[in-house]
Amino acid sequence: MKHLIPEFERLKTRLPPGHDATLMVPCLHRIQEDRGYIADSDIDDVADYLGVPRIQVEEVLSFYGMLRRAPIGRWHLQICRNVSCSMRGAERLIDHLIERLGVQPGQTTPDGRFTLSTVECLGCCGTAPVLMVNTTYHEKLDIAQVDALIEGLD
Amino acid sequence: MDGHKVLMNFNVTARSHSLKAYRKRGGYRGLEKALASMQPEEVTQTIVDSGLQGRGGAAFPAGRKWQGIDPHDGQPHYLIANADEGEPGTFKDRWVLEFSPHTLIESMVISCYALAVRHCFVYIRGEYDLPLRRLEEAVEEAYAAGYLGENIQGSGFSCDLFVFRGAGAYVCGEASSLLGSIEGTRAYPRNRPPRMTVKGLYQCPTVVNNVETLSTIAWIINNGAEAFRAIGTPKSPGTRLISISGHIERPGVYEIELGYSWARFLHEDCGGVLHGRALKAVIPGGISSQVLTGKDAKVLTAGEVEGLTLDHEKLKSAGSSLGSGGMIVIAEGTCMVRLLHIMQRFYHHESCGQCTPCREGTGWMHRILDRILAGKGHPEDIERLQFIAEANDGTTICGLGDAAGYAVTAMVANFRDEFEYFIEHGRSKFGGNLECL
Repeated sequence: MKHLIPEFERLKTRLPPGHDATLMVPCLHRIQEDRGYIADSDIDDVADYLGVPRIQVEEVLSFYGMLRRAPIGRWHLQICRNVSCSMRGAERLIDHLIERLGVQPGQTTPDGRFTLSTVECLGCCGTAPVLMVNTTYHEKLDIAQVDALIEGLD
Repeated sequence: MDGHKVLMNFNVTARSHSLKAYRKRGGYRGLEKALASMQPEEVTQTIVDSGLQGRGGAAFPAGRKWQGIDPHDGQPHYLIANADEGEPGTFKDRWVLEFSPHTLIESMVISCYALAVRHCFVYIRGEYDLPLRRLEEAVEEAYAAGYLGENIQGSGFSCDLFVFRGAGAYVCGEASSLLGSIEGTRAYPRNRPPRMTVKGLYQCPTVVNNVETLSTIAWIINNGAEAFRAIGTPKSPGTRLISISGHIERPGVYEIELGYSWARFLHEDCGGVLHGRALKAVIPGGISSQVLTGKDAKVLTAGEVEGLTLDHEKLKSAGSSLGSGGMIVIAEGTCMVRLLHIMQRFYHHESCGQCTPCREGTGWMHRILDRILAGKGHPEDIERLQFIAEANDGTTICGLGDAAGYAVTAMVANFRDEFEYFIEHGRSKFGGNLECL
């Protein structure tokens, strides 16, 4: 993560001085964006950089759903299974993705292309059901649209 | 839809979120007015006089919350906009962030001036990608134009804004919990007292307001408290953004004047229940409006909805609340047992694990419903669910465990026959339907 330190230093200019630990989640987000996950060495580096115990970094990592300790597929397919999406067809989409990809939620296809996850409300209830591909929302989907979407991903 | 608009008062175009478009429609005049001609106390008094209530769920008077801060006590103060919109059924703050981020920024700077805040934060949920990009772009524009940073508009007042991206934890929508997140720890809700306006972020006086609440401030400063009071009802002034979803013809975000007829909203503005089906129930304000006191019935049956108006006092008297403004419409023929199962799975997944009744109770309720859905329910499971729900009530630090319990209580009270049927026959009375096809 050391090459990211100049970026982190710039973030500090808009923060009150003396509260470096505030950069914990922003640092971890940025590292994950860079490497794809948080490696053991990153934990040491973040702890050193922020001046916090290593265990504090581990506690944060194990608390927040978006932070991960291991790599995932090239395309992360996250599908909402909460109330409004379920009422507009999310369960059928989930079943379809499980069958089409041959993996269960939480698993990655053997070719490393797709990781399938079910998630809770993404705030797209009015345009349900929603599938988040990496960071992009795809809303108001049916099975044909999901198929077309997946075919367009390498 | 008629009625006054405070937030959705312009045409959305590809660039209507930009600073240029915002200034063209009168943006940042409220801030200029406050900095040039008002004392911090006058700003706070205007918000008190406006009667503005919080739009995040609890409907607490915003001005009264602000009065908990003494701008002259010499301590650092903090303001945080809660944009961790995660309450199922709620997507209204997303509208502000995507289409009018400068309204939030201008309102926050005015608020920081009133509260003597040097550093403020927007805590935005990690999944909101487009809203985050729009907000960050707007923040940079505001810095470049001198609406943020040192010596804003030559007034001598300085204020920095940090956009803090969450990392996927529903509980961070609870105001004290997101403080931990910003401090670089796990986001555990905190006991009150002390109130956050006494000891909040970094143990300093802190105000946490919802995005919609804050975004209303610029309008109030521009137009005055009286103009705001003239909108809505005497006890619920102003407007509210309602995000409506589920079995409804025209889902989306609407701005209603408080006191608006519910039946008219549902049947005319939103086009009625999907495919012309009959209405079974409505979840009025997110599956767990963050009401910490009083039993919140949460689910209203079709008959109860018809005569009601949309304002805080009417819904309170009906045993529910406008909550987070996340309305979910449920058509006749929907299986309420499966719907409750989805809610309990959610609460179980999102319980932070700090308090035993919630950590264990949400899991127990989830597993009992798993069992009922698998056709292996016991007749005593209904009482068991109610018992756990009651044991959760008021025994935890934040409202998550309470909300999980209220969902059970409300569903069982209104649709007990469906639960009995499922347990007796091992299958759903309505074919397990969640969709309205």
